[in-house]
Amino acid sequence: MRYKDTSDLEISLLLEAIYRKYGYDFREYSQAHIRRRILNRMALSGFEDIAQMQSMVLNDVPFASELLQDLSITVTEMFRDPAFYRSLREKVIPILKTYPFIKIWHAGCATGEEAYSMAILLQEEGLYERTTIYATDFNQLALNRAKEGIFSNKLIKEYTSNYQLSGGKESFSSYYTSHYDNVIMNQSLKKNIVWANHNLVTDSVFAEVHLILCRNVLIYFDQNLQNKVQTLFYNSLINGGILSLGSKESIRFTDYFEHYSELDLKQRIFKKKY
Amino acid sequence: MQYEAIVIGVSSGGMNALKIIFAAMPAHFSIPMIIVQHVGAQSDGQWITLFNDKSQLEIKEADEKEKIKKGTIFIAPPNYHLLIEKDKTFSLTIDERVNYARPSIDVLFESAAEAYKNKLIGIVLTGANSDGAKGITRIQECGGLTIIQDPKTAESAYMPKAAIAAIEPNFIGSLDDIVTFLLKIEQQKR
Repeated sequence: MRYKDTSDLEISLLLEAIYRKYGYDFREYSQAHIRRRILNRMALSGFEDIAQMQSMVLNDVPFASELLQDLSITVTEMFRDPAFYRSLREKVIPILKTYPFIKIWHAGCATGEEAYSMAILLQEEGLYERTTIYATDFNQLALNRAKEGIFSNKLIKEYTSNYQLSGGKESFSSYYTSHYDNVIMNQSLKKNIVWANHNLVTDSVFAEVHLILCRNVLIYFDQNLQNKVQTLFYNSLINGGILSLGSKESIRFTDYFEHYSELDLKQRIFKKKY
Repeated sequence: MQYEAIVIGVSSGGMNALKIIFAAMPAHFSIPMIIVQHVGAQSDGQWITLFNDKSQLEIKEADEKEKIKKGTIFIAPPNYHLLIEKDKTFSLTIDERVNYARPSIDVLFESAAEAYKNKLIGIVLTGANSDGAKGITRIQECGGLTIIQDPKTAESAYMPKAAIAAIEPNFIGSLDDIVTFLLKIEQQKR
């Protein structure tokens, strides 16, 4: 492939370098997004061009891990999109209740807010005791924070409102204790969550699960990579298993469109056909 | 010179401003328009449906990976940044807010400038923050055509003022002037 634009070529070389040296593969990410993140880092760190930054990435591990953080998006919320969680409660929980034990995979869990949301929901529905939640991400720093379960109290008001809108049955404050500027999530919520490092781009199937949640992760991938990850999801779900995507994500343009039925199209909840 | 896309950034006062522009666009206006209007995260996009009924062009929310096509007005979905890829498709992200906004005008404009270079028209309209100033600068640097609403005619003058402080645009005018200007440009194209 010939590159018209030198900076496109430099970005492509930088991503190749990151992959070959560190094994993190951003080569099939959406390019406009990657360009934005890389140029931001270049400006912040005062590099003159991308080639200069590439040399730094290859020779300075702390800088490389800083760049990795830039390329990994960890923006998330508790009960993000309350209407989605309401639909989970009303349409997915009744299906999960039919199984003697339940495995759930939160793919790309970042700092864990949605995994804790799920644990709360399952506790209220009386299912948590027989559930294992695999919460995975390739960003180890984010995973470490997720494991701690300590969040800033600045956002609690918003989270409480999300929780209530999602059909929460208790007082949200019963799920955490306040500690100075933070809240600490109840230990009982962590009990059945397995936090694990897993990279959707380079790692493979690790379990057969009843429900996969992967929300606002695939938007960062190009069509080809989306298809690969959909293969991974398809092979990880039991027949009749549920796939939940972000509110603007779709399986319509992937190879798997025919293999799912729509459980709630607006909330992007799909059911794998038998 | 053939312009291939128009990007518009608008914030407070935007609903009234967009209503005027949408109503004035004839059915044959072929240059696609891509718009960031700052809205709340929980907005349901009902306003798009309402505007669509009053416009001769199709107005729709931009979908992830959707191909940008002529004669269509695309609106950034609430709570996502909207970016344009070099293959003229859309990408969405949930990255941090930029200028307190998601979607951010700067994010759309900067990616559009890279994708369309000198075949892009950028327009900054009414608004109460400075989102768009960096983006319109980038559009100018890449050779695109820049238009800013005359702050005197804007419901909120802050955003067009911030853009004018950043660059000297190719055109400044009221909404009506801008519409006339766009129609003239589109005429030349054909």
